[in-house]
Amino acid sequence: MKTLAVLEQRDGKLRKVSFEIVTAARRLDGSVDAVVCDTTDREGCAATLADKAKAGGYGVVVFAATATGRDLAPRVAAKLGVGVASDLTDLTVEGGGDAIVATRPVYAGKALQKLRVTARPAVLSLRPNIFTPDQRAADVTPEALSVTASGRVKVREVKPAPAGTLDVAEAQVIISGGRGLKEPANFKVLEELAQAFGGRAAVGASRAVVDAGWRAHADQVGQTGKTVSPSLYIAVGISGAIQHLAGMRTSKVIVAINKDKDAPIFKVADYGVVGDLFEIVPKLTDEIRKLHG
Amino acid sequence: MKIAVCVKRVPDSEARVKISPDGKSLDEAGVKFALNPYDEFAVEEALRRKEKAGSGEVVVVSLGPAAAQETIRTALAMGADRGVLLQTDKIPADPFETAKLIANELKTTAWDLILFGRMAIDDYNHQVGPLVAQLLDLPCVTAVSHLDIEGTKGVAEREIEGGIEVLEFPLPAVVTADKGLNEPRYPALKGIMAAKKKALEIRPVQAAAGAMEIVALTPPPERKEGKIVGEGAAAVGELVRLLREEAKVL
Ligand SMILES: Cc1cc2nc3c(=O)[nH]c(=O)nc-3n(C[C@H](O)[C@H](O)[C@H](O)COP(=O)(O)OP(=O)(O)OC[C@H]3O[C@@H](n4cnc5c(N)ncnc54)[C@H](O)[C@@H]3O)c2cc1C
Ligand SMILES: Nc1ncnc2c1ncn2[C@@H]1O[C@H](COP(=O)(O)O)[C@@H](O)[C@H]1O
Repeated sequence: MKTLAVLEQRDGKLRKVSFEIVTAARRLDGSVDAVVCDTTDREGCAATLADKAKAGGYGVVVFAATATGRDLAPRVAAKLGVGVASDLTDLTVEGGGDAIVATRPVYAGKALQKLRVTARPAVLSLRPNIFTPDQRAADVTPEALSVTASGRVKVREVKPAPAGTLDVAEAQVIISGGRGLKEPANFKVLEELAQAFGGRAAVGASRAVVDAGWRAHADQVGQTGKTVSPSLYIAVGISGAIQHLAGMRTSKVIVAINKDKDAPIFKVADYGVVGDLFEIVPKLTDEIRKLHG
Repeated sequence: MKIAVCVKRVPDSEARVKISPDGKSLDEAGVKFALNPYDEFAVEEALRRKEKAGSGEVVVVSLGPAAAQETIRTALAMGADRGVLLQTDKIPADPFETAKLIANELKTTAWDLILFGRMAIDDYNHQVGPLVAQLLDLPCVTAVSHLDIEGTKGVAEREIEGGIEVLEFPLPAVVTADKGLNEPRYPALKGIMAAKKKALEIRPVQAAAGAMEIVALTPPPERKEGKIVGEGAAAVGELVRLLREEAKVL
């Protein structure tokens, strides 16, 4: 069973998630062909990908469950007459390639669903930061697809995020702040901590502070925000509502800083520090700077 | 403007998840259901578009069990004009089957705009909108956080990795709503009363099994018991040591 892996790149370089997809795809039996579709015309790209999947007789087509992949995968799937097994956190093949068994979090991460996918091709999307790229992953040269058909949706403009800001969905380290920060200007203490990690950290937010207009919606973590799985998630002044946990419970290591020792966030945290964030965070920033400086 | 909004009945975001004895589905006993939060943004946007246009109709479509009538009534109470329930006891595990049934319902009318949520908070599929768009051969813009309609042209903003994309497209089109698109209104008492009298058509449908089968539903792996490192700034040294030596993330 051949697999078509649809990779993503930015500024001409493959993104980390692309190596994750390649690694996961190679775990399925059979060969993997990688492609990139470097155009903002997703309708055109979808048509090209569907043609390629059909012509090449692929049994599986894999995407990343990113903003781009989530937009593209269903378009391609529908053209192939199938649905997408989306947002997968695990993937295995059973019965010598007869069935793909996919695991995906549902009900805001409160349960895991195991799906047997018999559609051919099976169109899958994988959650970023879950599949660890292996050493061979870097050894991939994707074919650059040329898109000829042009779609009806045109890109008028792309407003780039301020230079130097890292998207929370991509960051290795996330420091998220909640209502405990008291006012928007105080997020400076979290930004300083993020900077201490070098280019690896982003500042996230709870919905309470996004709805209050303190932070951008792009930074919101949770059920109605982003689902993230960084290696380190530091929740600062966040109570740990079920909808917030939905977005971050698969983080590898969780640290909570909260003045209320009974805050629910401590139930999912690997390490907790009880106390005033305005005393704790600057001290932590100093310590991290020492390590990295 | 003639606008269709597809809405799903989902367990409330606070709902506790208990798994049925079959090991494959949610035990619905005691679970409160609600209108999918992303679909609230879609309904609100439809109402604003109609209000702005000065005339038109907002039709709410849901595929689900008889109880999904309540979900439709919620949207009617917000101000939608009428509802259609595609009634089936079981929502298919394969979203393509859901999309086919919805597309089949929508294809008989000339809509200016068809709205969906970005995703349903129960299945996290992120796809019924774009699948339906493809089946109806309509332009589609997903996860929209800002929408303008200028005549027969739409302009939408959506968040992408590292920025915001501004897209232009012709109507009719399919748009899926993200948080930030608007602030959904709460149904007022007057709206709730009026909703009871609005038309809600019920059409039984037969959902095919599709090419995805749920073989198990399990609780997520427990996170291993964490620890309170200490109190106040004095605990920071120990925290950093643990992150380095035990968790190995620094
Ligand atoms: C449908 C739906 C979807 C939702 N989606 C999301 C979502 O995507 N993401 C999300 O985050 N929420 C979401 N919510 C909201 C969620 O229920 C909570 O209201 C929200 O997460 C609370 O934000 P918070 O933790 O910042 O605020 P609070 O709950 O007010 O917590 C503030 C915390 O700060 C602590 N604190 C205060 N001062 C200090 C100090 N000086 N030092 C240390 N700690 C301090 C307090 O002890 C408290 O625990 C959703 C809700 C619904 C109904
Ligand atoms: N059973 C359904 N009935 C009506 N609309 C649905 C249904 N399932 C999904 N949708 C719509 O499709 C969107 C995306 O859902 P999903 O692809 O399941 O995450 C939802 O926000 C709804 O607008």
